[in-house]
Amino acid sequence: MEFIDYYKMLGIDKNATQEDIKKAYRKLARKHHPDLNPNDKEAHKKFQQLNEANEVLSDPEKRKKYDQYGKDWQHAEQFEQARQSQQQRHSNEKFSGEFNEGEFSDFFSSMFGDMGGGGFRQRQTKFRGEDYHAELHLNLTDVYKTHQQVLTVNTKSIRITIPAGVENGQKIKIKGHGGPGINSGPNGDLYISFHIINNTKFKRDGNDLHTTVDLDLYTAVLGGEIIIDTFDGKVKLKVKPETQNGSKIKLKGKGLPVYKKENEFGDLVISFQIKIPTNLTDRQKELFEQLSKLSS
Amino acid sequence: MELAGMIVLDEFCTSHQVKVSFVRSLEEHGLVETVIVNETLCIAEIELPKLEQIIRLHQELNINPEGIDAINILLKHIETMQNEITVLRNKLDFYRKDQ
Repeated sequence: MEFIDYYKMLGIDKNATQEDIKKAYRKLARKHHPDLNPNDKEAHKKFQQLNEANEVLSDPEKRKKYDQYGKDWQHAEQFEQARQSQQQRHSNEKFSGEFNEGEFSDFFSSMFGDMGGGGFRQRQTKFRGEDYHAELHLNLTDVYKTHQQVLTVNTKSIRITIPAGVENGQKIKIKGHGGPGINSGPNGDLYISFHIINNTKFKRDGNDLHTTVDLDLYTAVLGGEIIIDTFDGKVKLKVKPETQNGSKIKLKGKGLPVYKKENEFGDLVISFQIKIPTNLTDRQKELFEQLSKLSS
Repeated sequence: MELAGMIVLDEFCTSHQVKVSFVRSLEEHGLVETVIVNETLCIAEIELPKLEQIIRLHQELNINPEGIDAINILLKHIETMQNEITVLRNKLDFYRKDQ
């Protein structure tokens, strides 16, 4: 367990007045308040630390103990015994910002015990439960069809429907599956962000898919038919004569489903990569030479 | 009093230690909506997350309704930009894998 320098955390020196502490705390709280930094875990953590620093430094009793034993917090127990009889409540300014109970550092708990956050917790009359955040990893193939998955959130199993076409990084809200409400209040919500792993040879660009198809020289020059893989199976494709290397064609509706739009799909974009024949026979070389003469 | 999907404003204000007049002033600024059910002033449960956030900003950071309105607008901008970043990041990944 590490010593925490509360003064440094608030950017003040050891001689700071209560007014200085209040000012420094207010300024930093405004910067790191969780409501102003949604989904920012670092800001949330920083805000908790600021709350803790303020909890200690704005209370003269705690500040005295911290100043005296701060670095030697292991010996603070002796101090605690000496002052047991003169416990007095101190009302100071403490912020919550959806701050959960019991989120003080080990350092704080070891020094001030459970009484540390007393006043703070009393103000935690929350009506609505806490929102939960989770990350779900899916394969790109899972995104092709709307499907259901069972998730375990805080030991509770919930079945969720994942709509087809969900994007990498997209977040969905599952209403009422967050923390339980207090005083019969509604539950919080569960936010799930999707991390999609591409387990296919296709590249995704929104709802469109891209792929490269090898084409032999003869089909590229003369045209023909080839069989290609799409996301949902093989299709026969007509190749125009004189197809150039790197040219692209678009197969309408062969991409990924459009999120929450039934029967709407993106496109599949195919780039042709023409393969030059190798290991030519003498006869083939001869014919190419003839062709070369003809075209010059 | 129990009303489906509604919370009696008086009870809400007592539990959150705010004055009813404060919620009314938020309504005047178009930040929340109250409804009258059986002659009782209520707020819909669906409004709760928003209202609780406003109360935290007001009580904890001393921000007035005008400031909260401005913050809400900026937070919406941030959300839109974050969604755009997600789309652009995915697009960047698409081209990055091309190389």
